[in-house]
Amino acid sequence: MANIVALRRRPASAPARADLAELIRSTGLTGLVRQASGHSDAGWDADRLLPVVPELRPLLSAGGLRRGTIVGVTLTPGGSSVLLALLAEASRAGSWCAVVGVPTLGVVAAAEMGIELSRLALIPNPGPEWPSVVAALLDGVDIVVAAPPGPVATTVAGRLAARARQRGGVLVVVETGPASARCPGADVTLEAVHSEWEGLGSGRGRLTRRQLTVHARGRGAAARRRQVQLWLPTVSGGLEAAPASAGYLAAVQEAV
Amino acid sequence: MADHSRTLVVWCPDWPVAAAEIVAGVPAHGPVAVFAANRVIACSTAARAEGVRRGLRKREAQSRCPQLVVVADDPDRDARAFEPVVVAVEQLAPGVEVVRPGACALAARGPAGYFGGVELAAERIVEQVAQTCAVECQVGVADGVFAAVLAAKAGRLVPPGGTAAFLAELDISTLDRPQLTDLLRRLGIGTLGAFAALPATDVLARFGFDAAYAHRLAGGRDTRPLAVRQPPPDLEVTETFDEPLDRVDAAAFAARALARRFHERLAGFGLACTRLGIEAVTAHGEELHRIWRHDGLLTEPAIADRVRWQLDGWLTGSTRPTAGILRLRLVPEEVVTHAGLQPGLWGEAGEQSARAHRALARVQGILGPDAVVTAVLGGGRSPADRVRYVPWGDDRTSPGDVGQPWPGHLPAPAPAVVPPQPLPAVVYDSRGVLVGATARLEVTTTPEWIVVDRATPVEITSWAGPWPFDERWWAAGEAQRGARFQFCLADGRAVLAVLRAGHWAVEAFYD
Repeated sequence: MANIVALRRRPASAPARADLAELIRSTGLTGLVRQASGHSDAGWDADRLLPVVPELRPLLSAGGLRRGTIVGVTLTPGGSSVLLALLAEASRAGSWCAVVGVPTLGVVAAAEMGIELSRLALIPNPGPEWPSVVAALLDGVDIVVAAPPGPVATTVAGRLAARARQRGGVLVVVETGPASARCPGADVTLEAVHSEWEGLGSGRGRLTRRQLTVHARGRGAAARRRQVQLWLPTVSGGLEAAPASAGYLAAVQEAV
Repeated sequence: MADHSRTLVVWCPDWPVAAAEIVAGVPAHGPVAVFAANRVIACSTAARAEGVRRGLRKREAQSRCPQLVVVADDPDRDARAFEPVVVAVEQLAPGVEVVRPGACALAARGPAGYFGGVELAAERIVEQVAQTCAVECQVGVADGVFAAVLAAKAGRLVPPGGTAAFLAELDISTLDRPQLTDLLRRLGIGTLGAFAALPATDVLARFGFDAAYAHRLAGGRDTRPLAVRQPPPDLEVTETFDEPLDRVDAAAFAARALARRFHERLAGFGLACTRLGIEAVTAHGEELHRIWRHDGLLTEPAIADRVRWQLDGWLTGSTRPTAGILRLRLVPEEVVTHAGLQPGLWGEAGEQSARAHRALARVQGILGPDAVVTAVLGGGRSPADRVRYVPWGDDRTSPGDVGQPWPGHLPAPAPAVVPPQPLPAVVYDSRGVLVGATARLEVTTTPEWIVVDRATPVEITSWAGPWPFDERWWAAGEAQRGARFQFCLADGRAVLAVLRAGHWAVEAFYD
């Protein structure tokens, strides 16, 4: 006990890893204590994390969707594809997803991205009672995507956040408004910044793929801004990491 | 012993024709013939008067009777149509065997004792069948099913012990064994009596087992007991209310008690219901019947919910009933055997899906059954055509045309935003002239600017098209003809636009 107190008082002289492990073991805190910073490289902690495609993992501080959190996705050009990509791996791994208030969801694109349609429920027009619908869904469904029709009152947002935390579901809020009206409680917000489509000429060709930059910004562990370049969607409808060319990076800097 | 084997057979003449009339509505008083494998197997009396017989080819039959109505053979239809007749006979005397669609057999002892004589029993049965099903039938009594069927065709009530004499005069073709009949005829044996006169051991040695059995039948010594059928259990439950219910919630509350009875009944037989029909009848006779489909056992609150949804739409819709609900009926349309609770057969996944089902059913309770949908991919060319939305809990069957090649369909990647209705748009070139497409699939001018749904004009940086489509041109109301274009816009978006009859619309956004 004294050792732990001493550790707290002198954070600069943090002991080596082996000593730390010995300390934890001697005080009987095995399995209950974990380093607070950094990624957890211990692999999937299936109870608390939902998997996400490898290309999007650098955006999320935990390397996956942590249960009980709120993720915001802004509807800039490219936002819908980011939303579908976020759901893809978790749905493929067996989670249930529900989408509330998005009547324009492209189901074929969802299927191409890898979302399992038999585990996807759509509520295109929830009406004014959408908070109770979202709350009811958080009880049983792992990922709930909600697109509030207008600005969300803080009480409502707080209630839904508490419900998500309690039930261990992930609430993905689609933000359509301006930057100031963002959902206040989001732990991490994903924003598609710059999108360039390839494949069309002047009367020839067809849309083949799109290069997209996605930014992530949030609270707590996700406070550091991260960004990633992707081909989203690729020719087959999935996604891939994209090595950025200089011209593209310059365009991104301009846009941001 | 002779008493026990006395059989009463109810025979409906030309049953396939009668079944065609009952099920398909073909009028049986005219010349009608039922064909199987291009040969007549049954014909009506009018057709018989014209010369049509069993075994004729279709062309021959039509040449004898040009106005003959041709009906294809359908054994299922015959069996289904015969079921009410069997039920009618079963009401008078239990223990009925269905010999084939059109003939059913029962032991003559019971009805004869009850109605006071075989003739009275026969009359009563004929009356009952005629009243309940409006079907003509004939009754025959003899020893054994084989002889009784022949007696029914002749309309005779053979006295006990007179079966052999009755059979002796009949032609040998009634044995229904064409090869044996042919052989016996060539040997000079033309009647059942002559066949029965042969020594049994010789028949067995010369012709085989089947002929030996036929020999017993021809002698009137058929002692096979009847294979009595069990009537299927009555699984539906009905509740009639003394005072008609006007309000939906009162009816839903009454439905919960009904649901409990329904469950107990099904569980008693070890069954679970996957398709449930809910029927509501008002005091003035209006009916509302709907079939609900569900995976797994429907609980009482779930049934009450579905009653409430069904009645809600009815009572608040345009075709309201004029009186309160007098009767509620729950009919299981499809049942499967169910041994009891099945906790998570697939372990975690099963439990997860059970939780998700419950949550979605709750949302359906809040918003209505059609508010929660799931998507099924089908075949089609545009992204909107390929998706069909099915309410939660309904059958998710794919229409089956997914794997077919759809020439001209949009290739991957698919657009991520598809508005429910295409948005009107205007596409024009730098001089403000509207862009069109000629019949030779060339654009009239280069598209430069697009206005989507009355927003500000956006410049088109690159484009491709026209990709023509001409669907269902043979159906006047459903014909779709136009050309699709893909435009890449200056603000980084890409759209899928369609040009139909000179009007532009945006079908999807590649967001």
